[in-house]
Amino acid sequence: MNTMKRKERISNSNLLFAIATVIFVLMYGFAIIRYPGSFLQYQTFFDLFSLNAPLIIITLGLSIVMIGGGIDISVGAVTGLVTMCCAVFLESRTGSVWGSMLLALGIGVAFGLLQGFLIAYLEIQPFIITLAGMFLANGLLTTIHKDPLNVTMPSFLLLRDFEIVIPFLGTTNRLGNFIPLAIKPGAVVALALIVVLVVLMRWSRFGRNLYAVGGNSQSALMLGINVKRAKFYSYALCGLLTGIAGFVFIMTTGAGNVGNASGFEMKAIAGSIIGGTMLSGGVGNLIGSPVGALTLLTINELIRAAGVNSNFQSIASGALLCIFIVLQSVVLWLRGTGGFKLALPKWLLPSGKGG
Amino acid sequence: MARMKARGFQLFLPLSVLAILILINLIKGADYFSFSIINGALYGNIPNILFGASELVILAIGMTLVTSSSGGQDISVGVAAAITSSVFVKILLGSGGITWMVILGAFLASCAVGIAIGAFNGTLIAIFNVQPMVATLILFTAGRSIAFLIDGRLSPILANDLTGQIGSVIPGVPIQTPIILTVVFIALFSVLLKTTNLKLYSQSVGINQKAARLNGINPVRIKFLTYMILGVCSAVAGFIAVNKAGRHDSVNLLKYVEMDAILAVAIGGNALSGGKFSIAGSIIGAYTIEVLNRTLLRLEVDTETIKAFKAVFIIILMVIASPVVREFAAKGMKRARARLNGAVEANR
Repeated sequence: MNTMKRKERISNSNLLFAIATVIFVLMYGFAIIRYPGSFLQYQTFFDLFSLNAPLIIITLGLSIVMIGGGIDISVGAVTGLVTMCCAVFLESRTGSVWGSMLLALGIGVAFGLLQGFLIAYLEIQPFIITLAGMFLANGLLTTIHKDPLNVTMPSFLLLRDFEIVIPFLGTTNRLGNFIPLAIKPGAVVALALIVVLVVLMRWSRFGRNLYAVGGNSQSALMLGINVKRAKFYSYALCGLLTGIAGFVFIMTTGAGNVGNASGFEMKAIAGSIIGGTMLSGGVGNLIGSPVGALTLLTINELIRAAGVNSNFQSIASGALLCIFIVLQSVVLWLRGTGGFKLALPKWLLPSGKGG
Repeated sequence: MARMKARGFQLFLPLSVLAILILINLIKGADYFSFSIINGALYGNIPNILFGASELVILAIGMTLVTSSSGGQDISVGVAAAITSSVFVKILLGSGGITWMVILGAFLASCAVGIAIGAFNGTLIAIFNVQPMVATLILFTAGRSIAFLIDGRLSPILANDLTGQIGSVIPGVPIQTPIILTVVFIALFSVLLKTTNLKLYSQSVGINQKAARLNGINPVRIKFLTYMILGVCSAVAGFIAVNKAGRHDSVNLLKYVEMDAILAVAIGGNALSGGKFSIAGSIIGAYTIEVLNRTLLRLEVDTETIKAFKAVFIIILMVIASPVVREFAAKGMKRARARLNGAVEANR
């Protein structure tokens, strides 16, 4: 209520983000009450970050593109390609950890630049171009190496098994031994990226330009914003983040595999939407995107803990997505943002509203 | 005049691509058009392409309509086909004996399920104003699991003559049944578009929803209707696919076909942002994709590499068709023509 007084109304992106956060907290609370044994541990919470850091990073990149009014469905395939390339490179005689890091970033940025150029400067529909990017990455992946490839390089294994131990947070196990909390470096990377990107999108010229472009590219052009360049940068940034995600992925699993990160694009889109980013562009909050991804992951964990048929995981994710989409649309309608209204039949319209 | 030109260009691109692909095939081997008769049915490259692309063509038709009216794409068509065909298989296996009537009944039931799926997507898109890709992402996420739950087990097998005949050849008919079904479907659909004003209405809704509403068209109803029609299209595609395969594999049935269907719409020269559309373009686009796949196989490209080649091909095609390049080419043509005229005049 205070916020309502201070500002006339909070912006749409903040409202959607608030809804996502509340639902995430409620769901995690429910999980703690239902399965206190596992969900009350700090380790479980941070494992969500550690194991799913690549997905969170991809979600961030995708949200940036979506805020700019575009879409990138090649992210999952490019991540897979990056992991496989890194694995092959690390297994070769010239392999080194730093080199593979550069390779990962290079592949990601290359895809981002290519797609960004085609979409922004040649004005081709983003869906088709990134679909082609997905095919390209997938085809290259299977061409380079078909079989699962475990990295055996000692210095890389050191990095893979490296964990940041926080001694004062932890839980005692059944035997009474105290096990300190351990976090993978990937989680730290993801958290750092969240902070950097939130700052970038909220306060930098690029971020503000991108919001304007996504909201209405015509009026952004009238304001003197370089629309094409903003779009181009958004795809390049998404590509860079995809490269980082690929490296974090192989840093967590330590193996290149054809199935790596497959289907991440849809999970990331779902995460972004739950976090309050709208596909039409211009609305979104980068803190919301990881929250959205975590919400999806938590519900999967819950179903795994409940021990029912694993098919219900995807059904529950779908149902959750459905609830969020309907909720967003109803909320936006109730706030009466100009041209938007629900096309409900007359007898369903509440009296005094709508019209 | 200008409109004629634009329309000509729309079909010119996919047709020329198709021609180039066929030329490549002819260079590879002159026997490309040859076909043989095995067990009283036609086989060969061309019939195989028509056979292989049948589901894709049907889905591309529905996708074109949806793209036109709502300015977005349905990414749940493959999943919807998996669900409808799982219902089809369930009814078929649950019935005592399989006859043509049972198959027809099961097919109609699967169509009803398809309409229900379309109504679900349509509700979200038309009434709740959700972007189509987001709305259909729900079923895309959940659908294959739903199909699995309907099946109750992994890939139930349809082992009987009648469904086998639908999937391959009915004795005495020289053409494979899926091709006939596709032709019938295209014919029915074109009759639908010719006799009703569905095409005009969905185009006007896609171009400007508010203007359409002011002209007395109900955009909600039109969008809803197009999604229900797409639901029927997915049911037909699922019916053909499951009969071709002979078993219902809920995980792999028509996997990634939604991407190909959207691609077919784009190759056909239709704007993915809605508005005017050409069904013929989409049909040609769908066949182009199938020809491309088979050409790459024929050129002995590794199966792993096919996707990369396909991607490069799509990118080149889209660059050629992109508005910037098109404008640039038009300007260049104009300049060349002016120079030519100038040269002619100088010679005089």
